[in-house]
Amino acid sequence: MAGPTRGFLGRSRRERDPRLPPGQYDVGKDWPVLTAEPTPRIAPETWSISVDGRVENPTSWTWDDVHRLPPSDYRGDIHCVTTWSKFDTHFAGVSVDTLLEAARPTADAHFVMATSKTGYTTNLPLEDVIGGKAWIVWEFDGAPLPVEHGGPVRLLVPHLYFWKSAKWVTRLTLLQRDQQGFWEQNGYHDRGDPWREQRYQGD
Amino acid sequence: MREVARPTPRTVRLRMEVPDRVDHLAGQHYVVRLTAEDGYRAQRSYSLASSPGDPLVELLVERLDDGEVSGYLADVVEPGDTLEVRGPIGGWFVWEGDEPALLVGGGTGVVPFVSMLRTARELGRTDLLRVAVSTRTLAELPYADELRDAGALVVTTREASGIRPAGRLTAADLVPLWEPGQTAFVCGSTPFAEAASQLLVGMGVPAPDIRVERFGPSGTSG
Repeated sequence: MAGPTRGFLGRSRRERDPRLPPGQYDVGKDWPVLTAEPTPRIAPETWSISVDGRVENPTSWTWDDVHRLPPSDYRGDIHCVTTWSKFDTHFAGVSVDTLLEAARPTADAHFVMATSKTGYTTNLPLEDVIGGKAWIVWEFDGAPLPVEHGGPVRLLVPHLYFWKSAKWVTRLTLLQRDQQGFWEQNGYHDRGDPWREQRYQGD
Repeated sequence: MREVARPTPRTVRLRMEVPDRVDHLAGQHYVVRLTAEDGYRAQRSYSLASSPGDPLVELLVERLDDGEVSGYLADVVEPGDTLEVRGPIGGWFVWEGDEPALLVGGGTGVVPFVSMLRTARELGRTDLLRVAVSTRTLAELPYADELRDAGALVVTTREASGIRPAGRLTAADLVPLWEPGQTAFVCGSTPFAEAASQLLVGMGVPAPDIRVERFGPSGTSG
């Protein structure tokens, strides 16, 4: 850790919101878009999600299928590794718990690889997506999730940096051992807890 | 910090000596971390403009309105200062110097492409790169002379350029630059990156061959 930077004052700390993890700032009403690939256009009728890998009952759901599952929503904050945080978001969809209840992970499943329509992948410990901590969502603030933000359906794991919340998600694969996803292979952290500032490998 | 220059009204070019540095690949970025006296910290990522062979590391930073880090870098930093940096970071938006590539940049999104062009010159492989750049006006484009000397197509959206009226980049601009087998790199603001990547998709460039780096606000609220 280096000492102070000459002449750097920073924003007023009195206004710093306790909801901000270290090194983050409040982006306000804006919602920046960060994507490494062209935005895919996916018609909801052609979208589906499957849960496979280390499960007893590999299962797929269509757009209509997921809408028949018990709804679940998230109200709270999201944090991007590029240092913006956004407060008081509201997403609606279904809990990942609901999908896993149907697919039934085997006892040796400890990790999840989320895969997008674009081929984007991200890895997560299984315990980070169970117990009401993760969703697949298709609504933001009461409207359909915009395509640039991952519509029609994205993963939402708001307690981790937002690259873990894979846009355009189509597959959750349960794994016995951790494998690295797209950004993780490119130097980003395997877990990505914003409160522990796990931005890059080695943090 | 060795050199501080302001090549355009809204940008600052910083050239730094980085002790024990790990060589970067063209397209990678550094994180600059600022610490106040009371321990408060702010950090942001900036693309490198320098090539791996440059003895100094060069960043080009756009000064954002109310930019906590960019404002400090643009207004306060002087040669002789010490900054905490971390890098190189990123393994996706990189050009390793051996594959043909089409580079499409908007505004300060040209910075990683300057690194790629400099790297290509060092390697004697400038034949591998094709470049198209969009800027509001030529005066606002960082590295304008260097880009034009490298043969970049420069499109200006707010002023005429030669016989070409003001206007955005079009598929007609990109089609002559595109060859199968190229990787396409797109870098710029979110609206620019979205428009340019959709132009490429519309031209038939396979989506897996397009790598996109976006920065700044989305331009829409909520």
